[in-house]
Amino acid sequence: MRRNRFRLAVPVLAISVLATACVGSTETGASDDPKARATLTFWHGWTAPSEVKAIEENIARFEEKHPNITVKAVGGINDEKLNQALRAGGSKGPDVVSSFTTANVGKFCSSGAFADLGPFIEKSGLNLKKTFSKPLLDYTRFEGKRCALPLLSDAYGLYYNKDAFHKAGIEEPPRTWEEFDEVAVKLTERKGDGYEQLGFMPNYHGYETVPSHYLSQWSPTYFTKDGKSNIAKDPSFRAMYTWQRNLVKKLGGYAALEKYQKTFGDEWGAKHPFHTGQVAMQLDGEWRLGMAEATKPGFEIGVAPLPVPKDQIDSYGKGYLSGTIMGIAPASEKQNAAWELLKYMTTDTEAVVQFANAIKNVPSTRAALDSPKLKFDPRFKTFLDIARHPDSNTSDGAINGITYQMSLQNFGYEVEKGAVRDIQAGLERTAREIDTDIAQAK
Amino acid sequence: MTAYTLRAKRRRSALRTAAFLSPWLIGFAVFFAYPLVSTVYFSFMKYDGFGAPTWNSTANWRYVLGSYTMFWPALRNTLWLVLVMVTCRVAFGLGVGLLITKIRTGAGVFRTLFYLPYLAPPVAATLAFVFLLNPGTGPVNSALEGMGLTAPGWFTEPGWSKPALTMLAVWGVGDLMVIFMAALLDVPKEQYEAAELDGANSWQRFRFVTLPNISPIVLFAVVTGVIQTMQYYTQPIVASKVASGIIGGSGQQFEPGYPEKSTLTLPQVVYNLGFQRFDYGSACVVALVLFALAMACTALLMRRSGGLVGAGER
Repeated sequence: MRRNRFRLAVPVLAISVLATACVGSTETGASDDPKARATLTFWHGWTAPSEVKAIEENIARFEEKHPNITVKAVGGINDEKLNQALRAGGSKGPDVVSSFTTANVGKFCSSGAFADLGPFIEKSGLNLKKTFSKPLLDYTRFEGKRCALPLLSDAYGLYYNKDAFHKAGIEEPPRTWEEFDEVAVKLTERKGDGYEQLGFMPNYHGYETVPSHYLSQWSPTYFTKDGKSNIAKDPSFRAMYTWQRNLVKKLGGYAALEKYQKTFGDEWGAKHPFHTGQVAMQLDGEWRLGMAEATKPGFEIGVAPLPVPKDQIDSYGKGYLSGTIMGIAPASEKQNAAWELLKYMTTDTEAVVQFANAIKNVPSTRAALDSPKLKFDPRFKTFLDIARHPDSNTSDGAINGITYQMSLQNFGYEVEKGAVRDIQAGLERTAREIDTDIAQAK
Repeated sequence: MTAYTLRAKRRRSALRTAAFLSPWLIGFAVFFAYPLVSTVYFSFMKYDGFGAPTWNSTANWRYVLGSYTMFWPALRNTLWLVLVMVTCRVAFGLGVGLLITKIRTGAGVFRTLFYLPYLAPPVAATLAFVFLLNPGTGPVNSALEGMGLTAPGWFTEPGWSKPALTMLAVWGVGDLMVIFMAALLDVPKEQYEAAELDGANSWQRFRFVTLPNISPIVLFAVVTGVIQTMQYYTQPIVASKVASGIIGGSGQQFEPGYPEKSTLTLPQVVYNLGFQRFDYGSACVVALVLFALAMACTALLMRRSGGLVGAGER
């Protein structure tokens, strides 16, 4: 019996060990000399050899300009590892950190996981409004505290198979969701219970077709001024969920689409359904163009902004923006040197342009967007235009990071499979869930 | 002998006993008592890893039990797996063990074949199962459809995801098979001969000879199975992640428990709260629930074991 009791201690022990972990420092005062010799550890999430090479080249350019600073880059870091390391603190942790999840900025800023950049920005005299567009500035701060800066950005648009369009007699990419539905149905060719070709995979498991990416086309307001969920009050949410549910029905129903989705290859591999011609249109980020062309798909790829609701046709051209963010570890003893690296990588036009050229992302600064040194496929300009569009937007940050988006996504799964009769009531329930989760995180 | 020397002798004896016990006492205190007390303490605190923990009264308990949408599905799934998966594993392990002890030729080959899956790393085995059972491209469903049968969605259908996980667990039943084989080979042959002379059929020989003899091993298999299943984490999280098609992207959020929270287990919930949301207080609440549940199940099994262990000796 005692042996069994001892076995039971294992899960409890694990939890307790994490619960009693050392408390990280949240101080942001930096007294190190940025001119002194220093070695910085930079944690990032890139893993592909071409991306790692690009970041190392960027670091080499920085080290050339700052010969007193050496940077040791560590790739393949996700947000979970990052959070755990920052919470553990200690001198062996990173000095400069980055994340792909802009939605987690609220958690990074509010918890103190990332150092406050305000004093550094003030000391450097950096004019943020002149340097970055509003959505990028929005997703790198939370409740007035700026704890990150954008490092390149991602813009989302519509990819379409031009050959399939010609075959179906469609001349132009759709501009409104109503047109989009017609085009998606027209492009769909059934084969028994399945599909020979699907016009568009609307399901929320269709890789980038997540609620936040769709919702940006309605320009929603996620939270009220007092921080409460606004999803039941802003009609954008009901409109988006209703539209998506109807499109699922028009394209053959949830079960058929889910089954077809299971025949798709990996999102990041050569057998992506857009590359293979299994779907004729795809909502995706700017990176898809390079990835798709690299597989020589055998059809001409077209690129356009995502459609908008009919009553917002004036804002056609906008899209969802996100990107990589960079911050400083609060436990770093070399914060001034860390700021030099962060400032260089996020605001130096040459650094941003070179990095954007290398990994085919959208540059994050206004100057880099207009730089003549920016090399891109003519179709890539669509994404640069989306990045510049005044109505382009992003999802709001929250104190508990992506948790509220998980609630929106879970609600979406229920809606698309037909388990929700009253979308408005469901939104009200989900809003309560979001508010409770946020209250618990405060 | 004076009272003083007697007391000194007793004290020395007590110290000697304590010295012999000290490795266990230290281990118990450091790895069991302190973590358990800490877990109880943190379940009433607000703590995110930064700053000092602050008193949160029963808010974490109320949140987990009343508002946190993943807790109850995870608890239901964990109990389902404890009931069904453990039963299937024990039954299958015993069945295979019985078969292999009965066959006259090729026992070594079959023993190896049945044991091998147990050696497969859990992640690799789960990936293989998800691909084999993929409703769109998997060979299992192609074969079922070829035979004119309705193919299930397996890991993509809420009603089939837990049975699919159970199949995976049963496939790797080699550990139990070996233990049961050892127990079965240990049953005295004279008892079978006596039963045969009394006219007992094969079921009666199993029920009244085999089972009473191996009942301590069955109890061991059930108790360890229950505890292992309550800690079930790797297979469901890998299966749900791969089956959902979300392996990491810029805007994608992984949906724990895909499909529809049907593969969510309590350890996943502990991980979600502790390592993803950094709500250590709530994670401790779930850890305590898990602990209480494991203790209750073990105590129940141990208490009930009187009816099972050594039943044949009565």
